[in-house]
Amino acid sequence: MAQQFYVSPEQIMKDRADFARKGIARGKSVVVLGCRDGIALVAENPSPTLHKIGEIYDRIAFAAVGKYNEFESLRQAGVRYADVRGYSYDRVDVTARGLASVYAQSLGTVFTAEQKPFEVELAVAEVGETESGDHIFRLNFDGSIADVSGFLAMGGQADIVQAALAALWQPGAGLGQVLRWAVAALESPHAQAAAGVAASGSAKPPVAGGAHLPAATLEVAVLERTAAAERGSHRAFRRLGDDEVASALAASS
Amino acid sequence: MGGQVGRGFPALEAGGTSSSFFDHVSRSNPELLPFRAGLPAGQLPATPHGTTIVALSFAGGVLMAGDRRATMGSMIANRHIEKVFPADRHSVLGIAGTAGIAVDIVRLFQVELEHYEKIEGTSLSLEGKANRLGAMIRANLPMALQGLSVVPLFAGVEAGDPSGRLFSYDVTGGRYEELEHHSVGSGSVFARGALKKLWRPGLTADEAVAVAVEALIDASDDDSATGGPDLVRQLWPVVYLVKADGAARVGQDALAAVVESIVARRMTERREA
Repeated sequence: MAQQFYVSPEQIMKDRADFARKGIARGKSVVVLGCRDGIALVAENPSPTLHKIGEIYDRIAFAAVGKYNEFESLRQAGVRYADVRGYSYDRVDVTARGLASVYAQSLGTVFTAEQKPFEVELAVAEVGETESGDHIFRLNFDGSIADVSGFLAMGGQADIVQAALAALWQPGAGLGQVLRWAVAALESPHAQAAAGVAASGSAKPPVAGGAHLPAATLEVAVLERTAAAERGSHRAFRRLGDDEVASALAASS
Repeated sequence: MGGQVGRGFPALEAGGTSSSFFDHVSRSNPELLPFRAGLPAGQLPATPHGTTIVALSFAGGVLMAGDRRATMGSMIANRHIEKVFPADRHSVLGIAGTAGIAVDIVRLFQVELEHYEKIEGTSLSLEGKANRLGAMIRANLPMALQGLSVVPLFAGVEAGDPSGRLFSYDVTGGRYEELEHHSVGSGSVFARGALKKLWRPGLTADEAVAVAVEALIDASDDDSATGGPDLVRQLWPVVYLVKADGAARVGQDALAAVVESIVARRMTERREA
């Protein structure tokens, strides 16, 4: 029988975290932003069917980056959790905080006990009556959880997107405005890459205007603050079609 | 060892692959279901029963209406009960029978449709919805044998298709498509007779509302368990219209006007209905 070498727990955890981080960094980014009209969730996602953003419950949405099969199973588990809870108690008793904490437990268990950690990062958003009543939770592959106020970016090169959002985002903006901010932030890593290429004198010319993400490459959904009053529906989640996104983005530019 | 933990996400069960909430709850939390097999034998005290539901098709969709009475033996258990519910955006269901179980079956069915839509990203076909409701009614069969039966009526439109469809059920979960109009519950025989005379092809939505309300008035005239419109308390039937653009409840003011015109006409005629 082969001799097992001692590996310190610190090293094991570090290896696992590095592995997960590498997997997440390969993907594209997702941003979640609060605004006057609700919470906007915007992902760079060329596929119209393999969603990174999903509806969980009446006022709760889910966004994820990383490996599709892993976050899709987490999304479905979240829908089951929310529906069972809402059915056995009441619809108002399903909260983003409760969901985020079971996600944190699951991710934490998988991180320490499974063969490999989940290569995912999740956001759970709940729209409130007012902007101050909104909740956005960020969940990491190791089960760590953070309560974010206002906006968050995750995925590949999330730090660049996050920095761009921090410079742009302000509370109280309209939906069209935050969508334009979101797209500008998602474009910023491309623009930096293009600038870097130009600076290094590469033969490849940068794309005009840095980089431009057309509506077809975006997945956009919104949790509408006034869905119950305006649409008469208890479900606040609504996907925006390409036309709607394109017209919102074109409004100012 | 790893697989063991994977199956047991502390609070999240990712194991199942089914898109059905009903199947999921049956497996993981069967005690949450409204029906449980193996009820011990015993004398059941009187429980509230829902009574008459009518449904009919009209040009551009389908309508369902129910009276507002629940009875417990010869007593009126409730005057305000609502027995017609939206199932999702494009379908409605009404229930007759043991009210306590029926209302929970409605809730289960509503979650079932929404759950499927969220998991799959697309909504069930109308036939699919009708079949799921049949499965739930069949699951209630042991309770029906103890006297706690629930009989629903289901109506809806396929998204994008303007013609509505009606489905009736029996206690074994048997599902039957109905044409033109149908009714269930204790007053259904009288309502059916009225519908046969009042319904005609190509009714407008407004005419359909008047036909449904009049059929319920006729049912309440002959069936003591069906409540007529209550002019004192201003209680009108619950009426839902399902069209291609979704299901919507008919407003109280519109119903009041319909009821008043029918009552006024009958008062001037002064006939045996």
